[in-house]
Amino acid sequence: MDFTLTSEQEMLKNSARKFLNNNFTSDYVRKMWENSQGYEPEMWAQIAELGWMGLTIPEEYGGLGLTFRDLGLILHEMGRVVMPGPFFSTVVLATELIKTAGSEEQKANYLERIASGKLIATVALYEEGVEWGAEGIKLTSTRKGDNYSLLGKKLFVPDAYSADLIIVAVRTENQVEAGEGISLFLVDPQTEGVEIELLPTMDQGRKLCAVSFLNAIFSSTEVLGEVGKGWSAIETMLIRANIGLSLEMLGGGEKVLEIATEYAKIRIQFGQPIGSYQAIKHKCAEMLLQVESSRSIAEYAAWTVDGNPQEVSKAASIAKTYVGNMYRKAAAATLQILGGIGFSWEHDIHLYYKRALASEAMFGDTVFHLELLASRWERKL
Amino acid sequence: MNLTMNPDDQAYRAKFLNWLSENIPAEGTSAEAKISGDWCAQAEIFRKFQRKLFDAGYAGIHWSKEYGGQSGTLMQHIIVTEELSTNYPWKMFDGLSVGLVAPTLLSRGTEEQKKEFIPKILSGEHIWCQGFSEPNAGSDLANLSTSAVRIGERYVVNGQKVWTSIGHLADFCILVVRTDPTVGKHKGLSYLLVDMKSPGVTVRPIKQITGEAEYNEIFFDDVEVPFDRLVGKENEGWLIAITTLMFERIMNEISIVPKLQQTLDRLIDLTSNTTRYGQAMIKDPVYRQKIALLQVELEVMRLNQYRNLATLLKGEMPGPEGSIGKIFWSELNQRMQETAMEIMGPYSQLLKGSKYAEDNGKWAFDFLRARGNTIEGGTTEIQKNIIGERVLGLPKDTVRRN
Repeated sequence: MDFTLTSEQEMLKNSARKFLNNNFTSDYVRKMWENSQGYEPEMWAQIAELGWMGLTIPEEYGGLGLTFRDLGLILHEMGRVVMPGPFFSTVVLATELIKTAGSEEQKANYLERIASGKLIATVALYEEGVEWGAEGIKLTSTRKGDNYSLLGKKLFVPDAYSADLIIVAVRTENQVEAGEGISLFLVDPQTEGVEIELLPTMDQGRKLCAVSFLNAIFSSTEVLGEVGKGWSAIETMLIRANIGLSLEMLGGGEKVLEIATEYAKIRIQFGQPIGSYQAIKHKCAEMLLQVESSRSIAEYAAWTVDGNPQEVSKAASIAKTYVGNMYRKAAAATLQILGGIGFSWEHDIHLYYKRALASEAMFGDTVFHLELLASRWERKL
Repeated sequence: MNLTMNPDDQAYRAKFLNWLSENIPAEGTSAEAKISGDWCAQAEIFRKFQRKLFDAGYAGIHWSKEYGGQSGTLMQHIIVTEELSTNYPWKMFDGLSVGLVAPTLLSRGTEEQKKEFIPKILSGEHIWCQGFSEPNAGSDLANLSTSAVRIGERYVVNGQKVWTSIGHLADFCILVVRTDPTVGKHKGLSYLLVDMKSPGVTVRPIKQITGEAEYNEIFFDDVEVPFDRLVGKENEGWLIAITTLMFERIMNEISIVPKLQQTLDRLIDLTSNTTRYGQAMIKDPVYRQKIALLQVELEVMRLNQYRNLATLLKGEMPGPEGSIGKIFWSELNQRMQETAMEIMGPYSQLLKGSKYAEDNGKWAFDFLRARGNTIEGGTTEIQKNIIGERVLGLPKDTVRRN
């Protein structure tokens, strides 16, 4: 593991920063907040043109075949501009799940369309009463010949409103271990009996939805991979999602520290820049400590996906815990340093603060990840 | 998690571990040794052991043979430091000499100073202490008033230093003194190498919070220091002192991470072996969460350290980022110690010598000693000023600007 970037990685990072700063301005991000889809097809096409949709998709399926560490560099930059839209859902969630669970034919079909920007996709996991593990997958199915009838509701599904494809975790077998009997249905949102409701959440940059299934009928060919074998692929996806989210949160934390520092240098009170006072200076220093520490763990975790798979699940939980805590605290500290303007709708800090809260509550909260780590060393005893 | 090691480095680690298993001082293996006891006796054990390290080629590995080193790699030095930190149960007295004095001399000292002092540091002949803080110059270090007046070929030093760790055992001292009282406080300082056996040096141990005397106050009454014991130029001592402090922050971490790992492992054992409400405390969700969070922080600190070392391995000088590590480890150690105290309940207060004390009072001792971590080597508040001003570029406050 080397923390320095190759020249190709430097180029990727710099071009991403430039593109995102030019296109995802505060005005544009706010416009997307008001847009129920959260994105515009023209912009999506431009991003696809850059090759970002297929960054980690193997070349044989039309992608660039780069590493997760490379994708992480882009996610980091997206976090800096609190990028709205279904990129994360499509490129991290759905792509990783299809890569892991899909049959050859399914990979060829879906991954090529994702890479070329023709398919927006997401994954529906959680339900009412949010359980982070497999025991939370309760959405029921009734088999009728070759078809399944689905009944139940998924909650907190990111970007379902704009997705062409929703991969839904369904319990196809009961009376088995929680991790067994879960199947991944490839759901076209237009199917009869599927209803999508946009949830009025704080962070409208990442839309969350409720997806209801009112005896919607799907054929057994519309299952990703094998029937009943979906959970281990979800686990793999969740590990990567947590790492990807950590990189996004790192970018956000890095940006809010810049906002705080710039303001502390120019805001004069009592005749001095407020950054000269230790009450403010020490807040900024504490943020830098946590942002730099987050950089160490988030970049390491991204590297483990391809570089050290034995460490990846531990690294993911550590990254999610540490970086998630950093982002929320850094955004809150920056809001405090900004004072009155920080509390306004006009200033961008609330976009970051809300994204931080939403991110920490995705894919397992801090309590959940700490318990995962605890059970690891307990098993070692 | 390990830095990616090449096969040569892995072989070197194995070879050193093998040597270590045969050469660790027998006294050092007793349970008693885990607790700080007789400092003079420990210093003697250290000197003998350091001599063995030196003779076997495990001292100053990355430094030139000219100065008693091995002309090896920094990675080899890191390996030896890590393994000693994990496996050598006594106190090492080379934190200052190998960690601070030698690197400072290598980057700023004269050829004669390097040849005279570095080999004796490596062979354990010289133990060093650090004469920086004074009664009126703590966080405001540049306010120090110990004076040195140049008379002919020597300086005559007068004044007092305080909080000088191992001053009572040291052979030499790195001493920051004021050589020009007429200029701004940072501008009139010089950096001297002082023989602690010089006439006029008086060392008085100070009993500290743990009950033992690790640090001292030192008085200088007309102490003569030869002119060739000046490091760098006269009145440029502040720059040298800063160099020293940055080395201290980065190099210390190499041995601190393994120590914190041992503390965390002991904490997990303690939590597993302590029962409350009829079950092992390791089953208590509150403590599972607390200890898992400590583990998260330790892993993050380990990675921070790898990043710092990667910078050093590329041959770059340590920068003000070292302050991040100093804040991180000192506060993390305090949190670990505090958690142990909570777990032990009333047993937490028992000291060495009580048959009821957990681990013969080591937890209690370390808990108290850890309070010093956020003070020694620059307080947390001073580290935050350094980060705020030198990394983030925030302005100094008006009082310190003048």
